[in-house]
Amino acid sequence: MRSYIIKRLLAAIPVLLGVTLLTFLISHAIPGDPAALIVGPKASKEAVEAIRIEHGLDKPLPIQYLRYMNGLLHGDMGQSIRNHRPVLRDLADFFPATLELTLASLFLCLAVGIPLGILAAVYRNRLADHITRIISVIGVSTPVFWLGLMLLLLLYRNLGWLPGSGRLDITSTAPPGITGLYTLDALLAGDLGLFWEALRHLILPAFCLSYVYLAVMTRIVRSSMIAALGQDYIITARAHGLSAGRIIFKHAFKNSLIPTITIAGLSFGELLGGAILTETIFSWPGMGKYVVDSITTLDFPAIMGFTLVASTAYVGINLCVDILYALLNPRIRY
Amino acid sequence: MPYLILASATKSTLPAWVRELGLTLRILSRNPSAVLGGMIIMTMAFLALAAPFIAPYDPIMLSLPDRLQSPGSAHFFGTDELGRDIFSRILYGARISLTIGLLVVGVAGITGSLIGAVAGYFGGVIDNVIMRCMDVILSFPALVLALSLAAAMGPSLVNAILATAVVMIPKFARLVRGEALAIREMPFVAASRVAGAGHLRIIFRHILPNCLNAAIVLATLTLGDAILIAASLSFIGLGAQPPTPEWGAMIASGRKFLMDQWWYATFPGLFILVTVIGFNIFGDAVRDVLDPRIRR
Repeated sequence: MRSYIIKRLLAAIPVLLGVTLLTFLISHAIPGDPAALIVGPKASKEAVEAIRIEHGLDKPLPIQYLRYMNGLLHGDMGQSIRNHRPVLRDLADFFPATLELTLASLFLCLAVGIPLGILAAVYRNRLADHITRIISVIGVSTPVFWLGLMLLLLLYRNLGWLPGSGRLDITSTAPPGITGLYTLDALLAGDLGLFWEALRHLILPAFCLSYVYLAVMTRIVRSSMIAALGQDYIITARAHGLSAGRIIFKHAFKNSLIPTITIAGLSFGELLGGAILTETIFSWPGMGKYVVDSITTLDFPAIMGFTLVASTAYVGINLCVDILYALLNPRIRY
Repeated sequence: MPYLILASATKSTLPAWVRELGLTLRILSRNPSAVLGGMIIMTMAFLALAAPFIAPYDPIMLSLPDRLQSPGSAHFFGTDELGRDIFSRILYGARISLTIGLLVVGVAGITGSLIGAVAGYFGGVIDNVIMRCMDVILSFPALVLALSLAAAMGPSLVNAILATAVVMIPKFARLVRGEALAIREMPFVAASRVAGAGHLRIIFRHILPNCLNAAIVLATLTLGDAILIAASLSFIGLGAQPPTPEWGAMIASGRKFLMDQWWYATFPGLFILVTVIGFNIFGDAVRDVLDPRIRR
């Protein structure tokens, strides 16, 4: 087991190197003039030239890559053009909001997607199955940003059930920052009113973000449950007189966990991408909104910093998923 | 000799691929979701092609006295803040979105298939290097990579299309590589090699044509995703620029008026949704018919 985990960790190193290489190439090789991007559109020729020398952009690409890596290893992702703060510090400030949103979405995905998938598998080709099929076809086809706007229109503007933007009401102050997740922090501070407020703010964006992946999750759980329910041991269990619930949850569901976890892991990475759109719609002050704001000001270091953090997180999550496989199913070893 | 002529005359004189296409279409026409998806796609294609004849107004011309009118008999879907008819803009937008989808899938499909065929055919170090590069692209969340590529190349519709295509390349490369690995072991490839065919000839005459079915299935399945990603890029300002009537960009400008002019952002989004649903259910059906091996 330990050797498997070590092997898997080592295998992630070249992938991470590749990720840094690609982000480096995007930021240094594709734009016409990276120096001009760093100083922004309104800079003079002299300023661009000064930046070029200061950042070593006059050196050959391999040397530039080494400098870039050296910076990364020292936690240096460059400086934001908008506010002249280190990008890493900006991202660290915005990270908890994104984490809270993605975790809540993932929770929704699992809490709704798994029961729906099981339902669809157990009542295969009956009404419940058809309904979940329609839900999931619509889910994978919906533009997230449009869904967010429609939710706002319906639940915020027309019905007034839920707040429309931000993590808290404008008048409220954030709970003492322990985890940075407002719902959790409010609970830790024992402030139930604030917890409820943070939760109400979380519901719309989390649902919006989770909807697409909920659809995917439902289909995967359904098909792996159908495969599991067709196995001989299910027939044996039934012949033994076990109850339907016990067969479904104890025998079939447990064996359909591997594909479910794969999708959960993959979705988590895609949730980071979806967060870009959801956070923009709901003015959720996370990394996704930060990167979209950076686009409007052409804040290139910020965009690349976000790209690097998001992809590193993605690689990390896939690593965790692989290790989880081995824990769940001891037969899996590569 | 007359015997030979007779044999070929009893068969259809059409080339093999046309007959195969006919057969595929016949099977698809018996599949309800293929029919529904196909009808949606054909409707959208018709609207796109016929836009200049159906659209009641010019999609770009301003008409400030008519600004922000609610849907009615004069303007089915209302007007935007510059008085342009949203229905007309959506019709022209269908041209843009469908073109984007086809271009993205075309660029990604051709590039990815070539890359995959080379990797699978040669194997060994070449295969390893190419596929690890593809793995790197896959280790980015799709929208994140598309976003940073589009930002690096500068905001424009062409760049958004290219960025989206790059993100889709690994899907095709992986699929075709897998097929190529199997095909290169086939006797006809060995025969061709013995007959003196070079690598290029084998790849283009034997490997790629035999991967075509699988690639077409993947392309159909990817079209919806391509339209969604490109629309997302336009929505955050990295794709089509004003006054282009692109659906994602229209939603972005309609967003500012969401609370009072609901129709502005609602209708373009509905069209994205319906179009992508069409491609998704059609793609699923095509996969079931043509290639049961590919599973999402």
